[in-house]
Amino acid sequence: MARIELRGIAHAYQAAPRSEEDFALRPLELVWEDGGAYALLGPSGCGKTTLLNIISGLLQPTRGQVLIDGADVTAAPPQARNIAQVFQFPVIYDTMTVFENLAFPLRNRGVDRAEIQARVEEVAALLELTGDLRLRASGLSADLRQRISLGRGLVRKDVAAILLDEPLTVIDPHVKWLLRRKLKQVHEQLKVTLVYVTHDQVEALTLADRVVVMNGGRVVQVGTPQELVERPLDTFVGYFIGSPGMNLLPCIVEDGAVMVEGQRIPLDADVCARARTAGGELRLGIRPEFLRRVAEGSPQALRVEVTQVEHLGRHKLATTRLGEQSLKVRLPEEERLSAGESCWLELPPRWTMLYAGGRAIT
Amino acid sequence: MSLSRLTAPLYLLASFVPIYWLVGMSMKTNEEILGGFTLWPQSPTLANYVTIFTDPDWSNGYLNSLTYVALNTVLSVLLALPAAYAFSRYRFLGDSHLFFWLLSNRMAPPAVFLLPFFQLYSSIGLFDTPWAVALAHMLFTVPLAVWILEGFMSGVPREIDETAYIDGYGFLRFFVRIFLPLIRSGVGVTAFFCFMFSWVELLLARTLTSVEAKPIVATMTRTVSAAGMDWGVLAAAGVLTLVPGAIVIWFVRDYIAKGFALGRV
Amino acid sequence: MEKPTNHRAWLLVLPVLLAVSFSAVIPLMTVVNYSVQDILGPEQRVFVGTEWFRKVLRDPELHGALRRQLGFSLAVLALELPLGVALALVLPRHGRLASLALVLLGLPLLIPFNVVGTIWQLFARGDIGLLGVAINALGLEYNYTANALDAWLTVLAMDVWHWTPLVALLCYAGLRAIPEAYYQAARIDGASTWATFRFIQLPRLRGVLTIAVLLRFMDSFMIYTEPFVLTGGGPGNATTFLSQYLTRLAVGQFDLGPAAAFSLVYFLVILLLSYVFYTAMTRTKEAR
Repeated sequence: MARIELRGIAHAYQAAPRSEEDFALRPLELVWEDGGAYALLGPSGCGKTTLLNIISGLLQPTRGQVLIDGADVTAAPPQARNIAQVFQFPVIYDTMTVFENLAFPLRNRGVDRAEIQARVEEVAALLELTGDLRLRASGLSADLRQRISLGRGLVRKDVAAILLDEPLTVIDPHVKWLLRRKLKQVHEQLKVTLVYVTHDQVEALTLADRVVVMNGGRVVQVGTPQELVERPLDTFVGYFIGSPGMNLLPCIVEDGAVMVEGQRIPLDADVCARARTAGGELRLGIRPEFLRRVAEGSPQALRVEVTQVEHLGRHKLATTRLGEQSLKVRLPEEERLSAGESCWLELPPRWTMLYAGGRAIT
Repeated sequence: MSLSRLTAPLYLLASFVPIYWLVGMSMKTNEEILGGFTLWPQSPTLANYVTIFTDPDWSNGYLNSLTYVALNTVLSVLLALPAAYAFSRYRFLGDSHLFFWLLSNRMAPPAVFLLPFFQLYSSIGLFDTPWAVALAHMLFTVPLAVWILEGFMSGVPREIDETAYIDGYGFLRFFVRIFLPLIRSGVGVTAFFCFMFSWVELLLARTLTSVEAKPIVATMTRTVSAAGMDWGVLAAAGVLTLVPGAIVIWFVRDYIAKGFALGRV
Repeated sequence: MEKPTNHRAWLLVLPVLLAVSFSAVIPLMTVVNYSVQDILGPEQRVFVGTEWFRKVLRDPELHGALRRQLGFSLAVLALELPLGVALALVLPRHGRLASLALVLLGLPLLIPFNVVGTIWQLFARGDIGLLGVAINALGLEYNYTANALDAWLTVLAMDVWHWTPLVALLCYAGLRAIPEAYYQAARIDGASTWATFRFIQLPRLRGVLTIAVLLRFMDSFMIYTEPFVLTGGGPGNATTFLSQYLTRLAVGQFDLGPAAAFSLVYFLVILLLSYVFYTAMTRTKEAR
């Protein structure tokens, strides 16, 4: 059980980084609260695995400090950190039995036999491995192997956090949800800090209490799944999360209102005021599911041309044109709409975000 | 930690000492070699090399060796390519038996075949030609080539073949234009192993030649016994035989690890 | 995906089959032919049945050569395997240094066999060789041309120098194929260097080690040229191994019948022992 704090952590794989571009991980501050379930979400190559390896100690950061429960462990090797890590491809010691695999971390630490026996049995029961303890570890199915490698992490009594690096990649789809549920259950029982790396937003949003979104070596937002959907603080979060992602429209601010393609959109006056002084390109963002279709001629509504309608089962997705801009709208399946028509849309101020240079104005 | 880091350089250094000694000796005169023990040549001389390069016996031996090595390498790879393709892509009557029979030839001691080879190649008039040596060496290099190539070819997904056939490629055009480029490094590694075997082998090469096609390695042994002990020339000849190997291994250095990784049992 | 059956694939194998048959089957038939006949002259041959085989199998000289051969091959395996594995573990993995190390390491493999013998002849002689002079300077009596043990040890040292690189390169390639995650997991699990070797590296080297054992066993069992150049089989018969004995029989004494019989026995012994090694090593793998 532990609170992990990253202070000014940055990492470059070159020995002597010359420019900002050489850094796989840009300087960041982050706190993982004790017992939290975190997802680390971002596209491939955004620095997720680097960050994970820095926490577990497999990598020494170029700059910054790692603190576990207030103690500086930056220089400590992985085995001294009490952190469990599960890798993308299950790592199993093929020549051992399942029992020996689970006992391995304890034996390496000189734990006595009786305690090993007790701990292994406990963890095996938790992960439903009790019946398989005597089997050879080679030739087991991928989900069993992944459960064993998770078990090797859990078997240590003092384990501070479990780090999982895309652990479900090689698991068959039909057992994926079983394992995910198991993981959630383990977390609830042990109350151990969980950091789960993934590029799959569904996995991230269903598993975690809080999601850390990364892009290009930076943490762009930390928040609950709800916050990420409702108030993305970065345009990247806006379009990376959600399917399809947020509509982002270039805009300008004119006498206390936002203008998109010459149409006036009412927004909070404070936000508009701050937008005038903010640097960078201004963009208006709204998620397709938050746009509302209103009756023709409603005040403050935008008139758009429907160019395409896709049926997605429980709802339909319309692609529309507003001047030069494309705007996606998610509508209930019973709405009548077809390509070539016009329709009227309202942007509820509560769900409408304004971004300057990619960051939200709040 | 520092000890284990030193092991590799120390071993490489130690393993280089005998070669250093050979090179050093090749630059000494016979008087210096026999006159007293010196760690390095006191008055380095290239006279021994001059002797070799001005004597046609030596240079011919060199050329003869390279001729049969090249013949063997090219023939082995050319023959092994279609066979390896067959083994990697199809099942056919007796395929595994055939494969193991091929490999078992690698286990035959060359000494066993000395006399029969001599008689065989004499009777068909190939004795004392590079062809005799190249063909004899093929008994050992072809199975090896098939084995290595088969490993590389199995790494190429079969969908590629099927797609090419659907696209209307004939077998030959597909093989040369599409398949071969995919296993280029495999062909390189195979050629390397064929070269290696043929270049270092002496027993068969010496038995199957007498005058016309005498290889460099045989020239060395004969000159030694005939001219007493001309240590300096012997050492210089030895150094010259290292050169082709060193050049070849330098070119394939980045594929070595890959080629040896075929240890799949 | 299962390989499709296609008997026309034989056409692709045919060239190899013909080439290898030409070089293997015809000479092998000649050997079989000789092994059961007594050749008195070009046209005079007498069928003698298994006489040569019985003679060869009872030959005390052959027994001596076989004993020496087995001792030598086992010593070669015992030295070259651990040394090769150890070397593979400490060789640099990345960068220009790695390429250079590989080239230096592989160099002895590309030296013609008789030149290997020559190098060691020049290197180990007590009067002009660096090694010989150095050992004698330490006050140890060393002369590989006169002392049987010295000769045997020198041949062994030569073989270790010559062939350990092969084992090392095989293992190096095997080690490079182990995914990084295994090492990371081992560090997290607190495994010692020894435990990492024992439970991760060694199990994953099983395949290449099988090949290394087979190759080194077979090739050391056939060794001929290097000891021939270095010691000529002597002093006495101290370094006369099977191939040398066979060549002496066939070329030196022209005893074609016994030589042929011996050849067949020799070939069969290698096949048999290789098969035993192979099944032993693959069976332990399956048992696990």
